[in-house]
Amino acid sequence: MDILDKLTVLTDAAKYDVACTSSGVDRGGAPGFIGNAVACGICHSFSADGRCIALLKVLMSNACVYDCSYCVNRKSNDVQRATFEPRELAELMIQFYRRNYIEGLFLSSAVVRSPDYTCEQMIEVLSLIRNEYRFRGYIHVKAIPGADDRLLTALGLLADRMSINLELPSHDSLKLLAPDKSKESILVPMRKIRTGIRENRTDLVKYSNAPRFVPAGQSTQMIVGATPETDYQIINLSAALYKKYELKRVFYSAYMPVVSGRNLPALDAKPQLLREHRLYQADWLLRFYQFDAAELLDERNPNFNLLIDPKCNWALNHYDSFPVEINTAPYETLLRVPGLGVISAQKIVKARRMGSLDFPDLKKMGVVLKRAQYFITCRGKPIIGLPSNPETVMRGLLSEREVTLAQPPMEQLSLFDSTASTKEDLVKCLTGQI
Amino acid sequence: MPYRTNIAYLYDGSFEGLLCCVYESYYQKELPSMVFHYGEAQATLFPVKEIETDTTAAKKVEDSIGRKISKEALRLVRMCYLSQMEDRELIILRFLRMGYKIGSPVTNMLADDTVRSITQSAKNVQGESHFFKMFLRFSEYNGALVATIEPKNFVLPLVAAHFCDRFPSEQFLIYDKSHKCAFVYQNGEKNLTALEDLELSEVGEEEAKYRALWKRFYDTIAIKGRINPKLRMSHMPKRYWAHLTEFME
Repeated sequence: MDILDKLTVLTDAAKYDVACTSSGVDRGGAPGFIGNAVACGICHSFSADGRCIALLKVLMSNACVYDCSYCVNRKSNDVQRATFEPRELAELMIQFYRRNYIEGLFLSSAVVRSPDYTCEQMIEVLSLIRNEYRFRGYIHVKAIPGADDRLLTALGLLADRMSINLELPSHDSLKLLAPDKSKESILVPMRKIRTGIRENRTDLVKYSNAPRFVPAGQSTQMIVGATPETDYQIINLSAALYKKYELKRVFYSAYMPVVSGRNLPALDAKPQLLREHRLYQADWLLRFYQFDAAELLDERNPNFNLLIDPKCNWALNHYDSFPVEINTAPYETLLRVPGLGVISAQKIVKARRMGSLDFPDLKKMGVVLKRAQYFITCRGKPIIGLPSNPETVMRGLLSEREVTLAQPPMEQLSLFDSTASTKEDLVKCLTGQI
Repeated sequence: MPYRTNIAYLYDGSFEGLLCCVYESYYQKELPSMVFHYGEAQATLFPVKEIETDTTAAKKVEDSIGRKISKEALRLVRMCYLSQMEDRELIILRFLRMGYKIGSPVTNMLADDTVRSITQSAKNVQGESHFFKMFLRFSEYNGALVATIEPKNFVLPLVAAHFCDRFPSEQFLIYDKSHKCAFVYQNGEKNLTALEDLELSEVGEEEAKYRALWKRFYDTIAIKGRINPKLRMSHMPKRYWAHLTEFME
């Protein structure tokens, strides 16, 4: 098989992996080396689905010994199999990097022969790239659950970020769809990586030239929509992963039916893209906006409102704590205003030191008021003519497009269409004005 | 005492030259109503004063910005100088005038028109230079890497610095088609020269192979069920597509 075919097969097999960030580590170039890494990360292209391409994302091999029912590479699936030679992959990656196509490598693999063997092969690629090609750029590697600790450590010393896919958001779902994996087999190596990072941090304090273990931290991903978990469960799980496992990122991937299986959604099931989007928004609220999972959802409302973003939803449910005065509210409170992001909140805090701010000032500073206007006052006054109860605010927040999104899909005509609803009815239902 | 404003400055277009305009305006208590550089159409009824570029004066001004205002102010001035904003010299003069008076808090006055202009143009330059760190594509010709860019702002120095750090052992040339300018990096030496046109020969077999591999990778990585041209376009505006290997024929 020539390299073009191999690349096709192994890219195709890796494309459902979400993580493609190249951020989290700052490392300048050095004479005699190639490459550097910048903390903000650099994307290099965007594929036709609008996802960023920062890294050469491939599998080492797709000849898997496992049989997870949701996975294209499962043993029982009839697909073409390929495996990269370590040197061939290293050369390809460096040549792509020189041409500025990519920011580094994302290497994952199906389990070939055994977890240990697979891990050894990956270590070989990485050490070629790091030691022979003297590459200082970004490498993200997937840890192989079940591999020996020693190998895991060796892998972590060569990579910038390591991740283990959680795959599915609960133990039962794993049992149902990935019988060869268990919650423990995933969480144990995750814990090991966390311990490794912690120990390395203390080593670095003692010896500045200690080799760095996974300097850009650990991430994971889970599939959403293949199993019946609620958003509440998922967000709680993420919050726990950030807290207990000190993860840098949790990625969510809307389930895309690629194979048919007894326990899987039908092949023509649409991926829940909007739900995935809401989960990411909530994830941001956890990490950058000081929200708690319990504030966003609860047992009674276990799923996000698909019509409005989680922050708006929260604000409408806590309408009594608004409006917020722009000139005096603390930074943490500003962060909770829908439509104000980290950058806007920081700008406001900076600018109001120099004089009190009014709405035109905010506009000039580039603060977008589309959503924020319903929740703020400037010098004690709101924008004139704006509604002041949550129901009308909700209607103002929804755009035409969002209303259409929420409409039920087309149905076959029925003689008894007792459930027919118009757009207006729908908005009324949402705002509780039935 | 009010500043004299019925005057225009003419300078050589360099950053040092601009700093000398600042020097002149500060010590002569003038705020020109126009600033031109050589090679630019000049239409004014005001008397034109030619500002000579003097490196000592320029150095003095540069140091004083860092010392009396802030490092951030100096960064904004540098970025704004590279931008294509109309009247950028005037904005810089006005901004520095405010800065010398107010000191470092001047960069916090985000609701002020002058400060807003300079921050926005700096952001614009920074943004465009980041876009080229993303979307610049090298091709190999006999071991040397060559890339062409068509930026709006003069971001070549910023982009080049990034690649010098990244590829210290390579030889490369980045050609800025819009400003007719080339940056050459060879054996650790950096050179910025004017270049009218860049003629490139056919690429070799090796280069063609990697282009084909990259195109294949690009097409394969997209998930068919999630195709979203609008999203792609918002992340990767069309004006960058012309020089992207993945869209080359």
